[in-house]
Amino acid sequence: MHYIDQLTRNERQSALVILIGLCAAGLVLGIAGRDSLLGIHGLMISIIAVVTIFAVISRYYNPEPGAERFDDYYDEPSKLGIILAMGWAVIGMFFGLWTSALLAWPELTFDAGWASFGRIRPVHTSGVIFGFGGNALIATSFYVMQRTCRARLPDQLSPLFILFGYNIFCILAASGYLMGITQSKEYAEPEWYADVWLVIVWVTYFITYLRVLARRKEPHIYVANWYYLAFIVVVAILHIVNNLAVPVSIGSEKSYSIFSGVQDAMTQWWYGHNAVAFFLTAGFLGMMYYFLPKRADRPIYSYRMSILSFWGITFFYMWAGSHHLHYTALPQWVQSLGMTFSVMLLVPSWMSAANALLTLNGAWDKVRDDATLRFMMVAAVFYGLSTFEGSFMAIRAVNSLSHYTDWTVGHVHAGALGWVAMITFGSIYAAVPWLWKRESMYSPRLVEVHFWLSVSGTVVYVLAMWNSGIIQGLMWRTYNESGTLAYSFIESMVAMHPYYIARTFGGLLFLMGAVVGCYNLWMTIRHAPRGARSASDLLPTGTPALQPGE
Amino acid sequence: MFGIHYRLERKATWLILGIIGAASVGGIVEIAPLFTIHQTVENVPHMRVYTPLETAGRNIYIREGCYACHSQMIRTLRDEVERYGPYSLAVESKYDHPMLWGSKRTGPDLARVGEKYSDEWHVAHLTNPRHLVPESVMPSYAWLGRNKLRTDDLGAHLAALRTVGVPYTDEMIKNASADAYGQAAPDTPYAEGVTQRYGEATTVRAFDGRPNDLTEMDALVAYLQILGRLTDAAAKPVAAREDNNAQP
Repeated sequence: MHYIDQLTRNERQSALVILIGLCAAGLVLGIAGRDSLLGIHGLMISIIAVVTIFAVISRYYNPEPGAERFDDYYDEPSKLGIILAMGWAVIGMFFGLWTSALLAWPELTFDAGWASFGRIRPVHTSGVIFGFGGNALIATSFYVMQRTCRARLPDQLSPLFILFGYNIFCILAASGYLMGITQSKEYAEPEWYADVWLVIVWVTYFITYLRVLARRKEPHIYVANWYYLAFIVVVAILHIVNNLAVPVSIGSEKSYSIFSGVQDAMTQWWYGHNAVAFFLTAGFLGMMYYFLPKRADRPIYSYRMSILSFWGITFFYMWAGSHHLHYTALPQWVQSLGMTFSVMLLVPSWMSAANALLTLNGAWDKVRDDATLRFMMVAAVFYGLSTFEGSFMAIRAVNSLSHYTDWTVGHVHAGALGWVAMITFGSIYAAVPWLWKRESMYSPRLVEVHFWLSVSGTVVYVLAMWNSGIIQGLMWRTYNESGTLAYSFIESMVAMHPYYIARTFGGLLFLMGAVVGCYNLWMTIRHAPRGARSASDLLPTGTPALQPGE
Repeated sequence: MFGIHYRLERKATWLILGIIGAASVGGIVEIAPLFTIHQTVENVPHMRVYTPLETAGRNIYIREGCYACHSQMIRTLRDEVERYGPYSLAVESKYDHPMLWGSKRTGPDLARVGEKYSDEWHVAHLTNPRHLVPESVMPSYAWLGRNKLRTDDLGAHLAALRTVGVPYTDEMIKNASADAYGQAAPDTPYAEGVTQRYGEATTVRAFDGRPNDLTEMDALVAYLQILGRLTDAAAKPVAAREDNNAQP
């Protein structure tokens, strides 16, 4: 609760106004929706708001932060964001493990609605993408934007509001799924009121970023910020358009999408694929462009490659969504455009991956010795692999085999585990000692353990899913000599059983790695020896020091 | 070119406008025409809307995340047509807000599962899939048979669906709750209203086998039994469909 002490008196007042507004909104939803599931969420919102109001009031008269705060970057939100990200990682991955176990042992639902596959699967996907990934992006973006702009966050309240509001969204999402509240749009499952709330939070995030940029002392906007900006701006566009819906009433959690059928499918996968592009790629590339050169102590290999790949990714990705709809009722011209742009997308994607790996030239000895940098290196490799695989699977003929199978699941996890999670863990391990002013992580050996658990878990998972997906796809289209289908559907499903067990094992390894990471983070915060303040902690007063990539 | 960028990256506003510009083109080119080119969705006469009970069932299908394992989109591939039936047409999900095409088949496609199995089969299968298919990994949904179906707000649901474009009449909205009851209670006066408003071909049966008890099981089975049967356009030869398209 020391976060409240960092707020000025005025900010504490603003915080109270916001919280009272939130509490009132929660009460309106709670009363209007008293005989539906919405009522529970309304009540939850009010309770969270009231508890926070009491916390603010109890510290309202504590001394205000002094003017010396302006000498330093404002890093408390980044610290909070990293802790939240690691917490969500364990929750999200645990639900993932459980979901995958259900496919091998379907009785693990205890005859309870909330524990069935369809309800816990989105808790896994939202938990890892939005809970883990989103909090890590917000935390690192605050860290990176301040340092690459050489400007402090504009105030103390808005970054904390962004984290607080964003995590309320995540909690509404996850608890809603367990109760059965969902729009069914993949990776956009939360219902209308949570979506509206996220828009408010996201606009605040965007404005905060603009305010830092406006105050920057660095004339050039560093490449990491281009990616973070693209992530914030485009995710806002995607989120608003895809979630346009008409609620049944103010007292009902249920809404109906304004789109239907083929238009809805295209809008959904325009959103879905670009959630991959701008949430899971652009944002994390922003992370990579800062933490990888910093940790390797090498400048970015090529400025021109950074420019070409950034605009290539921003432009091409938005066309690629229709490759999720090959051979469906979507007009073929849209399918062909999607396929074409997906293949072209390989060029900027590999340019980014190459730029990252070539940056390590001259620092490969560090990659060998330092598991943190190795996390980032392996992430860049998996980024290259999974973008190649993605372009490949977007080809119509390949897609006819891979679509609807576990191959897609394997592809997603090659990206999500191999790229997104590994670049995040690498960045967190780099940032934590800098943020908490420690010499290093509590245990570099445990970082090493985490690294090998992550790599082996990812490899086991992806190999299992490649095998099961391709076997599945082939069995569905195999004909026997008399010209009829050779296998019934259930036969293809029985063939998946060993791979589903292997996949669960791979997921278990990955989850164990995350738990080890949490322990290491906790011990670093509590027990690691304090290190000297590094130059990058201080706002520049005189001549600027060289930043990565310049 | 890199010189221009060198100047661009000093101006936050232009950088953001550039991002919005570059990112907008793809969506505008691919999505906007789907609303204006009328061949995108086939023109089919006599396409029926979901009844209130089927709408409730569809919402249960969404709530339980059935779409995560079952697609409702048969692709234009020989093996899919032979396994599941005629390939899906755009018009068949015209009233689906949102669509449930799905993206993964842990279980089989359901686009044409309607009337493929009996109600009893569905009830037994949903109650415990492994009683009928020992190798199945589908969760059991026994509680659906225990949960009473909420019907009092179905009128509001239909009204919201009308707002987004489904042609429900005032009559349908007014009688939504009674129709939901009537569709699963064949020997009551309410049953007549259902066929009056939604057509003679509407299935009126005690889906879960207990006519006096309207449960979530009734609703879900009613929905499963209508899948692929809102129109028979997909079963007609292609030429006949194109004739329909030629009409304004």
